[in-house]
Amino acid sequence: MKNRLRDLRTAKGMTQEDLAEIIGVSRQTINAIEKEKFDPSLPTAFKMAKLFEMTIEELFQFEG
Amino acid sequence: METMKLERNKRVKKLAVWTWSWVATMAIATFGPIYIWDDHAFLTIFAIVVNLANGILMILANRDLFNHFDELEKKIHLESMAISLGLAVVVGLTFSLLDQRDLIPFDADIGFLVMFIGITYLVAMLINTRRYK
Repeated sequence: MKNRLRDLRTAKGMTQEDLAEIIGVSRQTINAIEKEKFDPSLPTAFKMAKLFEMTIEELFQFEG
Repeated sequence: METMKLERNKRVKKLAVWTWSWVATMAIATFGPIYIWDDHAFLTIFAIVVNLANGILMILANRDLFNHFDELEKKIHLESMAISLGLAVVVGLTFSLLDQRDLIPFDADIGFLVMFIGITYLVAMLINTRRYK
Protein backbone atom coordinates (compact mmCIF):
# COMPACT_ATOMS: atom_id res chain seq x y z
CA MET A 1 0.00 0.00 0.00
CA LYS A 2 1.45 3.36 -1.03
CA ASN A 3 1.28 6.32 1.35
CA ARG A 4 2.27 9.99 1.73
CA LEU A 5 3.26 9.71 5.36
CA ARG A 6 6.90 10.77 5.05
CA ASP A 7 6.05 13.89 3.01
CA LEU A 8 3.26 14.93 5.37
CA ARG A 9 5.38 14.30 8.46
CA THR A 10 8.37 16.28 7.20
CA ALA A 11 6.06 19.09 6.02
CA LYS A 12 4.86 19.39 9.62
CA GLY A 13 8.49 19.40 10.84
CA MET A 14 8.02 16.22 12.82
CA THR A 15 10.51 13.43 13.42
CA GLN A 16 9.53 9.76 13.25
CA GLU A 17 9.87 9.70 17.04
CA ASP A 18 7.42 12.62 17.39
CA LEU A 19 4.86 10.95 15.13
CA ALA A 20 5.29 7.61 16.90
CA GLU A 21 4.62 9.30 20.24
CA ILE A 22 1.43 10.95 19.02
CA ILE A 23 0.09 7.82 17.32
CA GLY A 24 1.15 5.49 20.15
CA VAL A 25 3.41 3.10 18.23
CA SER A 26 7.18 2.57 18.06
CA ARG A 27 9.50 4.61 15.82
CA GLN A 28 10.34 1.38 13.96
CA THR A 29 6.68 0.98 13.07
CA ILE A 30 6.50 4.52 11.62
CA ASN A 31 9.68 3.82 9.65
CA ALA A 32 8.28 0.53 8.28
CA ILE A 33 5.02 2.23 7.25
CA GLU A 34 6.89 5.09 5.53
CA LYS A 35 9.03 2.58 3.64
CA GLU A 36 5.83 0.75 2.66
CA LYS A 37 7.08 -2.47 4.21
CA PHE A 38 4.20 -2.64 6.66
CA ASP A 39 0.51 -1.70 6.37
CA PRO A 40 -0.91 -0.13 9.53
CA SER A 41 -4.03 -1.34 11.30
CA LEU A 42 -7.30 0.53 10.75
CA PRO A 43 -7.18 2.36 14.13
CA THR A 44 -3.60 3.53 13.40
CA ALA A 45 -4.58 4.64 9.88
CA PHE A 46 -7.53 6.60 11.34
CA LYS A 47 -5.27 8.29 13.91
CA MET A 48 -2.82 9.29 11.17
CA ALA A 49 -5.57 10.59 8.86
CA LYS A 50 -7.06 12.61 11.73
CA LEU A 51 -3.66 14.06 12.63
CA PHE A 52 -3.00 15.21 9.06
CA GLU A 53 -6.65 16.32 8.61
CA MET A 54 -7.42 14.17 5.60
CA THR A 55 -9.24 10.97 4.75
CA ILE A 56 -7.60 7.56 4.90
CA GLU A 57 -7.94 7.31 1.11
CA GLU A 58 -5.97 10.54 0.68
CA LEU A 59 -3.21 9.26 2.96
CA PHE A 60 -3.05 5.65 1.79
CA GLN A 61 -3.47 4.38 -1.78
CA PHE A 62 -4.44 0.74 -2.06
CA GLU A 63 -2.81 -1.10 -4.97
CA GLY A 64 -5.11 -4.03 -5.60
CA MET B 1 6.44 7.80 24.57
CA GLU B 2 8.28 8.09 27.89
CA THR B 3 5.28 6.54 29.65
CA MET B 4 5.25 3.76 27.04
CA LYS B 5 8.98 3.13 27.54
CA LEU B 6 8.62 3.11 31.33
CA GLU B 7 5.72 0.66 31.11
CA ARG B 8 7.69 -1.50 28.65
CA ASN B 9 10.73 -1.56 30.95
CA LYS B 10 8.51 -2.47 33.89
CA ARG B 11 7.07 -5.45 32.00
CA VAL B 12 10.48 -6.56 30.71
CA LYS B 13 11.88 -6.48 34.27
CA LYS B 14 8.86 -8.44 35.55
CA LEU B 15 9.41 -11.09 32.87
CA ALA B 16 13.14 -11.22 33.65
CA VAL B 17 12.45 -11.76 37.36
CA TRP B 18 9.97 -14.60 36.71
CA THR B 19 12.23 -16.19 34.08
CA TRP B 20 15.26 -16.23 36.38
CA SER B 21 13.24 -17.51 39.33
CA TRP B 22 11.78 -20.22 37.05
CA VAL B 23 15.32 -21.25 36.05
CA ALA B 24 16.39 -21.22 39.71
CA THR B 25 13.41 -23.33 40.87
CA MET B 26 14.04 -25.70 37.93
CA ALA B 27 17.65 -26.14 39.14
CA ILE B 28 16.45 -26.73 42.72
CA ALA B 29 13.84 -29.28 41.56
CA THR B 30 16.47 -31.04 39.42
CA PHE B 31 19.46 -31.12 41.76
CA GLY B 32 17.74 -30.78 45.17
CA PRO B 33 16.69 -34.45 45.42
CA ILE B 34 20.28 -35.53 44.67
CA TYR B 35 22.39 -33.02 46.60
CA ILE B 36 20.15 -31.40 49.23
CA TRP B 37 17.27 -33.55 50.54
CA ASP B 38 18.28 -37.07 49.56
CA ASP B 39 15.24 -38.02 47.43
CA HIS B 40 12.64 -37.08 50.06
CA ALA B 41 9.39 -37.53 48.06
CA PHE B 42 7.39 -34.70 49.66
CA LEU B 43 10.16 -32.13 49.19
CA THR B 44 10.69 -33.25 45.60
CA ILE B 45 6.98 -32.90 44.76
CA PHE B 46 6.90 -29.53 46.55
CA ALA B 47 9.90 -28.28 44.53
CA ILE B 48 8.29 -29.44 41.27
CA VAL B 49 4.96 -27.76 42.11
CA VAL B 50 6.77 -24.51 43.01
CA ASN B 51 8.63 -24.70 39.69
CA LEU B 52 5.36 -25.30 37.79
CA ALA B 53 3.65 -22.34 39.52
CA ASN B 54 6.68 -20.18 38.76
CA GLY B 55 6.51 -21.25 35.11
CA ILE B 56 2.84 -20.26 34.87
CA LEU B 57 3.64 -16.83 36.34
CA MET B 58 6.48 -16.48 33.80
CA ILE B 59 4.02 -17.23 30.96
CA LEU B 60 1.58 -14.61 32.31
CA ALA B 61 4.40 -12.04 32.50
CA ASN B 62 5.32 -12.87 28.90
CA ARG B 63 1.69 -12.38 27.84
CA ASP B 64 1.64 -9.00 29.64
CA LEU B 65 4.73 -7.92 27.70
CA PHE B 66 3.29 -9.20 24.41
CA ASN B 67 0.07 -7.23 24.97
CA HIS B 68 2.16 -4.07 25.31
CA PHE B 69 3.79 -4.52 21.89
CA ASP B 70 2.54 -2.36 19.04
CA GLU B 71 1.09 -3.87 15.84
CA LEU B 72 4.41 -4.32 13.99
CA GLU B 73 6.14 -5.83 17.02
CA LYS B 74 3.22 -8.25 17.47
CA LYS B 75 3.45 -9.24 13.80
CA ILE B 76 7.21 -9.85 14.06
CA HIS B 77 6.79 -11.97 17.21
CA LEU B 78 3.82 -13.92 15.83
CA GLU B 79 5.65 -14.75 12.58
CA SER B 80 8.70 -15.83 14.57
CA MET B 81 6.56 -17.98 16.88
CA ALA B 82 4.85 -19.61 13.87
CA ILE B 83 8.21 -20.52 12.32
CA SER B 84 9.61 -21.71 15.64
CA LEU B 85 6.53 -23.82 16.48
CA GLY B 86 6.38 -25.35 13.00
CA LEU B 87 10.05 -26.26 13.03
CA ALA B 88 9.80 -27.63 16.59
CA VAL B 89 6.97 -30.00 15.60
CA VAL B 90 8.49 -31.14 12.29
CA VAL B 91 12.16 -31.36 13.33
CA GLY B 92 11.21 -32.63 16.81
CA LEU B 93 9.28 -35.58 15.37
CA THR B 94 12.04 -36.32 12.85
CA PHE B 95 14.54 -36.33 15.72
CA SER B 96 12.25 -38.62 17.73
CA LEU B 97 11.90 -41.05 14.79
CA LEU B 98 15.68 -41.17 14.36
CA ASP B 99 16.02 -41.91 18.08
CA GLN B 100 13.33 -44.66 18.01
CA ARG B 101 15.15 -46.42 15.15
CA ASP B 102 18.52 -45.95 16.88
CA LEU B 103 19.88 -43.94 13.98
CA ILE B 104 21.45 -41.31 16.26
CA PRO B 105 24.06 -42.15 18.91
CA PHE B 106 22.24 -40.32 21.76
CA ASP B 107 18.72 -40.00 23.27
CA ALA B 108 16.29 -37.38 21.93
CA ASP B 109 15.95 -35.55 25.25
CA ILE B 110 13.37 -32.77 25.73
CA GLY B 111 16.28 -30.41 26.50
CA PHE B 112 17.37 -30.54 22.84
CA LEU B 113 13.87 -29.49 21.76
CA VAL B 114 13.83 -26.58 24.23
CA MET B 115 17.22 -25.39 22.96
CA PHE B 116 16.08 -25.81 19.36
CA ILE B 117 12.92 -23.74 19.97
CA GLY B 118 14.96 -21.01 21.68
CA ILE B 119 17.52 -20.81 18.86
CA THR B 120 14.96 -20.90 16.01
CA TYR B 121 12.85 -18.23 17.74
CA LEU B 122 15.89 -16.00 18.20
CA VAL B 123 17.02 -16.42 14.57
CA ALA B 124 13.48 -15.88 13.24
CA MET B 125 13.18 -12.71 15.36
CA LEU B 126 16.47 -11.34 13.99
CA ILE B 127 15.48 -12.09 10.37
CA ASN B 128 11.95 -10.67 10.76
CA THR B 129 13.20 -7.53 12.53
CA ARG B 130 15.63 -6.88 9.65
CA ARG B 131 12.85 -7.43 7.08
CA TYR B 132 10.86 -4.48 8.43
CA LYS B 133 13.80 -2.08 8.89
